Amino acid sequence: MTKDKAHISVQDLNVHIGGNHILKDLNIDIPNKSVTSIIGPSGCGKTTLLKTFNRLHDTAADVKVTGKVLVDGEDIYDPNTEITHIRKKMGLLSQRPYPLPMSIYDNVAYGPRIHGTRKKQDLDIIVEKQLKATALWNEVKDRLHSSATRLSIGQQQRLCLARGLAVGPEIILGDESTSALDPVSTSIIEDLFVKLKQDYSIVLVTHILRQAARVSDYIIFVYDGRIVEYGKTEQVLRNPREELTKEYVKGYIV
Amino acid sequence: MIGYVILSQSGQPINYYIQLMQRIRLLKDKIISKLMLLFTILSVSLVFIIGIGLYYKSIPVLQNSTWGHLLTSSVWKPLKGLFGFYPYIMGTLWVTGIAIIIALPLCVLTSLYIVEYAHSRVRRILMPFVNLLSGIPPVIFGVWGVLFIIPLIQDHIAPHFVEFSTGYSVLAGGIVLAVMIFPLIVSILNEVLRTMPQELKDASLALGATKWETIKKVILRKALPGIIAATVLAISRAFGETIAVLMVCGNNAVVPHSVFDAGYPLPALIANNYGDMMSIPLYDSALMFAALLLFIIILLFNIISRIILSRLERKMAA
Ligand SMILES: Nc1ncnc2c1ncn2[C@@H]1O[C@H](COP(=O)(O)OP(=O)(O)O)[C@@H](O)[C@H]1O
Ligand SMILES: [Mg+2]
Repeated sequence: MTKDKAHISVQDLNVHIGGNHILKDLNIDIPNKSVTSIIGPSGCGKTTLLKTFNRLHDTAADVKVTGKVLVDGEDIYDPNTEITHIRKKMGLLSQRPYPLPMSIYDNVAYGPRIHGTRKKQDLDIIVEKQLKATALWNEVKDRLHSSATRLSIGQQQRLCLARGLAVGPEIILGDESTSALDPVSTSIIEDLFVKLKQDYSIVLVTHILRQAARVSDYIIFVYDGRIVEYGKTEQVLRNPREELTKEYVKGYIV
Repeated sequence: MIGYVILSQSGQPINYYIQLMQRIRLLKDKIISKLMLLFTILSVSLVFIIGIGLYYKSIPVLQNSTWGHLLTSSVWKPLKGLFGFYPYIMGTLWVTGIAIIIALPLCVLTSLYIVEYAHSRVRRILMPFVNLLSGIPPVIFGVWGVLFIIPLIQDHIAPHFVEFSTGYSVLAGGIVLAVMIFPLIVSILNEVLRTMPQELKDASLALGATKWETIKKVILRKALPGIIAATVLAISRAFGETIAVLMVCGNNAVVPHSVFDAGYPLPALIANNYGDMMSIPLYDSALMFAALLLFIIILLFNIISRIILSRLERKMAA
């Protein structure tokens, strides 16, 4: 990992929520075009960290973020940085799928429409392309204009991924994106991540070590708001350097 | 607790004691659920009892005339036994319609501000005020209407549109009514908006949408059934609101043709005349019929909005 290849670069990041120090002095370089997993016990700050990458903390009143987060070298917490522009660069896949209250088609077209794509042919192309990219096209092509909430949870999650890809992001952020899914949907999503890393940088929060092993190139182990260990997947899972990491990955048997 | 411990040490009696307790618990459970059912049936049947009672009392005036005539005639000559309810029905619809047109956008914007934009400290100060508004007795709204709204319409609003208005108008009634239903709608909408999942908003924001785009395209859309439900409740209340409205809307039994015309809603008709003119034959029956009409309007309105709501929900789920 050389510095110039870092896609997201976190420098001296501290996050306080309502007076509690949640993330403490984080420094990480997340590499381009690979899958990086953030693992750690629940409550350690994984979601909080992920949300700092696209400034979703802005909506909460009592969250204070200090330090720098550089995306493509641009400090996203700089007051001059336009937030919609940053968020457009990242697709977010949350823990449970939250389809927008509209049709399947409109869900995927939502982002492009906001960013100025108006022509129907253009939107048609985008919708078809992203639904194919998320292996959903064949399942929904006959009911594109029915409500997205009618889909199964697994389909909804893939729709949410398609919706995120439709704005042409460079980075995909996933927060335990498979935890609500059945095994089949989970493996579809996992395979998608592996496939998508050719074109995107992917950061995944997961509490499943096997999943981290299956999909990721790098692992960040967070404990109590600090980064304990960061390295290649193989190394972190098989030869952890730190005692805390050893303790945490003990249950993992390859 | 102590009794339980002692008994359990003695061995034999404990079974009996536990069984007894168990029976009592199950019995309580049954009684409570039956009681709830009873009260539910009671309150539901109350609606029918009121409806039947009103109809029964309206029979004399109905025998003297026909439904069609009563509903469409504008002639109100009680001494000759002529009762035309058309102006009163229109008065009710005008005042209620104006109130909703004024209140709804204000309520939506207010709740959006309170829930989505206001700082939590501001919110904590604002909410009690909204609730306070709902506790103010209607007669005070009426006085406020007479003192402020009437002159405002007479001197500042009406002159721009019509040659002359006393200010006592369906507009005044609508404005006063709008203020009165405001807290009800706002508190329901606040609840609807507050329970909107943050993740849904995040999903839209994460795609690069601005906050306003998110509100317009996602939140309001998702909240639509809630907004309709709140409006239905408010309109049902508005139909029957009496004192404040009758103080400001002129009470002139003509069909209003503009918002500056006076109107005479059904509740005002009942309240103004009940007890006074009872010596005139059929008059009390006519007033009962007015009440029956109001009852039917509200019932119909609720049924229609139920249908719309369930259609909408089905459409959103489809
Ligand atoms: N909105 C919030 N208000 C207060 N505390 C919060 C909030 N969000 C997260 N936290 C706290 O921050 C810590 C990290 O939370 P989170 O990032 O969600 O953990 P993880 O995703 O690793 O389970 C937890 O201790 C949690 O209680
Ligand atoms: Mg989490």
